[in-house]
Amino acid sequence: MNFSKDRIEWIIVALVSLVVLVLLPALNLLSPGSALHVSTFQLGVWGKYLCFAVLAMSLNLLWGYTGLLCLGQNLFFALGGYALGMYLMLMIGPDPVYNSPLPDFMDFLGYPELPPHWKPFDSFAFAALAVLWVPGLLAFIFGFLAFRARIKGVYFAILTQALTYAAALLFFRNDFTFGGNNGFTDFKTILGADLREPATLRWLFVASGILTLATYCLISWLLRTKFGKVQQAIRDSENRVRFSGYSTTSFKLFIFTLSAVLAGMAGALYVPQVGIINPSEMVAAKGLDVVVWVAVGGRGSKFGPIIGAIAVNLLKSYTTRHFPESWLIISGGLFVFVVLFMPKGIVGLPGQFRGLKAKWDARRASRTAEATA
Amino acid sequence: MRLLAILPLLLAALLAQEAPPAEATDGREVREVLSDLVLGKGGEEANLARLGEFGDPLIEEVVAAWRIGGVLVAPGAPPDGEIVLLKRDGGVVELLSGQPYAGSPGEAKVNRAGRSLRRKLSRIVDVLELASPDPGFRADAAMKLGSGQNPDFLAELQARLPKQKQAGVRRAFEEAINISLLANGTEMQKLAAVEWLGDHDSVAGRDFIRKLRDNLEDEAGDEAAMIRKAADEALDKIASYEKAVEIKGTLFRGLSTGSVLLVVSYGLAITFGLMGVINMAHGEFIAIGAYTVYVVQNIFAAQFGAGSDGFENYFLVSLPCAFLVAALFGVLLERGVIRFLYKRPLESLLATWGISMIIQQLLRLQFGAANVQVASPEWLSGGFEFSGVSITYNRLFLIVFAGVVILMTWLLLRRTPLGLQIRATMQNRAMASSLGIASNRVNMLTFGFGSGLAGLAGAFLSQIGNVGPSMGQAYIVDSFMVVVIGGVGNLLGAALSSLGIGMVDQSLQPVLGPVMGKICVLIAIILFLQWRPGGLFPSRSRSLDD
Repeated sequence: MNFSKDRIEWIIVALVSLVVLVLLPALNLLSPGSALHVSTFQLGVWGKYLCFAVLAMSLNLLWGYTGLLCLGQNLFFALGGYALGMYLMLMIGPDPVYNSPLPDFMDFLGYPELPPHWKPFDSFAFAALAVLWVPGLLAFIFGFLAFRARIKGVYFAILTQALTYAAALLFFRNDFTFGGNNGFTDFKTILGADLREPATLRWLFVASGILTLATYCLISWLLRTKFGKVQQAIRDSENRVRFSGYSTTSFKLFIFTLSAVLAGMAGALYVPQVGIINPSEMVAAKGLDVVVWVAVGGRGSKFGPIIGAIAVNLLKSYTTRHFPESWLIISGGLFVFVVLFMPKGIVGLPGQFRGLKAKWDARRASRTAEATA
Repeated sequence: MRLLAILPLLLAALLAQEAPPAEATDGREVREVLSDLVLGKGGEEANLARLGEFGDPLIEEVVAAWRIGGVLVAPGAPPDGEIVLLKRDGGVVELLSGQPYAGSPGEAKVNRAGRSLRRKLSRIVDVLELASPDPGFRADAAMKLGSGQNPDFLAELQARLPKQKQAGVRRAFEEAINISLLANGTEMQKLAAVEWLGDHDSVAGRDFIRKLRDNLEDEAGDEAAMIRKAADEALDKIASYEKAVEIKGTLFRGLSTGSVLLVVSYGLAITFGLMGVINMAHGEFIAIGAYTVYVVQNIFAAQFGAGSDGFENYFLVSLPCAFLVAALFGVLLERGVIRFLYKRPLESLLATWGISMIIQQLLRLQFGAANVQVASPEWLSGGFEFSGVSITYNRLFLIVFAGVVILMTWLLLRRTPLGLQIRATMQNRAMASSLGIASNRVNMLTFGFGSGLAGLAGAFLSQIGNVGPSMGQAYIVDSFMVVVIGGVGNLLGAALSSLGIGMVDQSLQPVLGPVMGKICVLIAIILFLQWRPGGLFPSRSRSLDD
């Protein structure tokens, strides 16, 4: 039974990967006149959704499997985006207005030269490493302080929100050297490839797909290991795990840092595809959005966050286009509905229906038994 | 600086209830003197001297018009003789009566003042405000002339000093004279002026003393040395006075910021601290309270007319309304959503976040996305100065109100049967309900009370900040911080921590600026929790998972 369930899961994963990694880019290569053609714009939108899916999976690793609700997952996502964004900004080259190699907001603010912490970012390798270690380091320090003081549950959630709030305040400042309000935009090239070329965007899409698949595999693998078992045990009863001699603090710290790194990578792929990063990605509301995705999809399940992230964003893009005023009401209502009536999200729906049916069957059976008796 | 100078004077004027000196003379007299001056009637010196007594802005107008040929003389009827006319934008008026001139202006001749008269007149215009009936203007003008350090005006100031009856104006004149003396007096006068300014904590005089001291830096002689020593002492005195004012000001601002925090977070301390429900829609209850005030204000404006006496009372009526409306929404939320989630605190966080988005959008659809205008009643606007610190009435009221909120909550929880039931339910829900307490009802009322407090907070915030659909968002993080720092479930802790955070915030702000100050406070809170993970007053319990 177990074996076949696993096999079904792998078949699904393989099929979806095939579609995302091969079929969609191939359809994009067809001529625009063809009925099966997928436009580069569409591809970009789905690339964005894949990044959101990775972000949701990173939160699910924390919340769904370890029981730590982080309301600031978007902060790590944005930090990863900013790290790659710095490299992209330096690749723009001299702009026509100021004719200087500095990013134009620096010209605008009158910087004489590049601030020292910007200098290494003209190397892609450095920026790519920063995508990993900047969110990771922040999560490590914050997590170290929080878990050492045994802050958990609701308090942890609130503190992560406060951290995000503080970071957003900081990034909104002009003199923080990260472009203030406007953030980074107008990117031109990445690794020498033109960001407006369909081919580049296609490769970015494929990269997002690979990242999604890799994250999925990593989490699946982690869950099978002894480590994953301890992690889920912490979620279910942290004190028992601690009494069994495990240092729950280190486990939680590792998971928190890992999930921040994953979120950072998602952010780094997100930025070149949407072409902008600014502090509004860091506001508290976005952090809760990620939580909604996971909750709607089904937390504590492997597919849930992916389904949730894509479903909610599809709904959002549909609603904001057709009923722009009611999006917040719909999303808020969805939130309440899911929490009250679908505690396991979309993924849990079949189970819920089965449960209802079993209950109903049992009642009917007992009624017929009464009638016959 | 100007505000600081005027505020006490206004207050003094209000308290003294003394008729200003120039008010007794009616405008007629000024007009006569001016008319005589133009026509050359009576002695020129006598007329000029009398003119100096008036603070009427008409003098300035006539003098200006005289210079540019705007003063005409028409041949009038025999008993009165010639008539002086004044050209205005609207036409020609008679100077004596202020009425439009009935005759033809063509017959009138332009009159011009002689050079020496012009110079004397411009002197009078310069010091016109020194004779203004408004004590605030007088004091302000005195300080302006004194800071100019012009020797001509020094005599003018000294001549007018004995006429100043109000303490505040008198002090401004003396201060102005002493500042002027720093540049224009003899060595002995300078010394006395420096000492006077030092003894009277004259912040305005500080720069002038410093300048005087710099000028005398290299000068030899006993007198210069004495002045230098006196200047140093005076500067020290002024500096320590300023420091004291700054500390007092920071204390007051910290108290007022702390009161804002306390008012907005006390409701949360009840719903989150006592009930364990994370109400992310708390900020929206604040907004609901503020919008209730807005609606009540509009109803009053429609009923009594804006600015009427009836309208002035709208705020008092809107306070209970804000409480009740927010409490009603709170009860609805508790019955509709939260009661299913008491066992799942993280989920109550998510559901209430959804509710908060819905409320925000509904407010936006109903009242528009822009901020709405809430007028402060007359008795809440303005302020006064208390030993150098300017204190506004609305802030003062807020501090008093915060005290009232603490008292009310304390009385409710400690002195009423409902309070006893609330505390019992919060300590052990199962035990309380097995002893016959209707815990459903208690939960509903507690949540309603907490939400009502948020509504009250919103009513107050409408007086000191913007009222908009997302106004509550600005307070939600702060309020949670207050509750976490205070120790969850401890109302005294919430009160202390809000005051503490307010004080720290206000003392950091002048040094680091508002944004960095705020960030530092947040970091300090995270570090504080390292030291005391349970907050200031952790709840004591033997159970493992609280």
